[in-house]
Amino acid sequence: MIPLSAYTAVSAVLFMTGLLGVLVRRNFIIVLMSVEMMLNAANINLVAFSHYLESMAGQLVALFVIAIAAGEAAVGLAIIIVVFRGKISTNVDEMNLLKW
Amino acid sequence: MTLVFFAYFALVSIVSGVLTVALRHPVHCALALLALLLHVSGLFILLNAEFLWAVQVIVYVGAILVLYLFVLMLMNLKTDERYFHPSALYLVGPAILGVVYVIFLLLQSPFDGAKGTAPPSVVLQDGGTYAVGIKMFSDHILQFEIVGIFLLGAIIGAIVLAKTPKTMDPKEERS
Repeated sequence: MIPLSAYTAVSAVLFMTGLLGVLVRRNFIIVLMSVEMMLNAANINLVAFSHYLESMAGQLVALFVIAIAAGEAAVGLAIIIVVFRGKISTNVDEMNLLKW
Repeated sequence: MTLVFFAYFALVSIVSGVLTVALRHPVHCALALLALLLHVSGLFILLNAEFLWAVQVIVYVGAILVLYLFVLMLMNLKTDERYFHPSALYLVGPAILGVVYVIFLLLQSPFDGAKGTAPPSVVLQDGGTYAVGIKMFSDHILQFEIVGIFLLGAIIGAIVLAKTPKTMDPKEERS
């Protein structure tokens, strides 16, 4: 029997890795991938607690998190395409204007 | 046996997570993310969440990741950009120390709480998908509708954003 804390430890490591990716990387697409990784870490936590506390609610919230991740990916990639069309760069440091 | 599978899925997902952040070429990062998502879905199987396993494989790996790869190949990115924010490197050491401390605390605590209404025997009677569906369409129907509206908004927003703009004077566009 695997303890619940093992799952939470895996989830914590994944979340911190994703947070590091968001803070450290400069490519906008990789920043978005790191956000997906953080959402996955949250999902592991939700499903693990749902299993160990014998409740279905955690799995439902994980489903909603997946749906929101899908919407975030679609809108984020559309924004990347618009920015790339205008400036030919995906460096987050060079995106400092909302409108020009 | 379960422990072996858990160790495999956990280790590979952590390693591929680190690779997603650390690799240089964006397409390689996307492929590492693919490995991460598949192994996280393996963890879901170990937690008796078959429906979430299917959703993870179909939606994350099949739709979201393919969208990422599509955009990456559409943009034909160069890899010769500078790699890290130089100032952020000073945060890596404290961050690793903090993670080790948090994991130390996590592995010590017992995590006990009030049990819910879905023990494995009840869930396995009709299957996990049945239990999720009953719960979603009875107690959580409002959230379900809100997510539907949200996805519709995301679709419309993505189409409006990515639409080809009307041809403008290039000087006017840049000014």
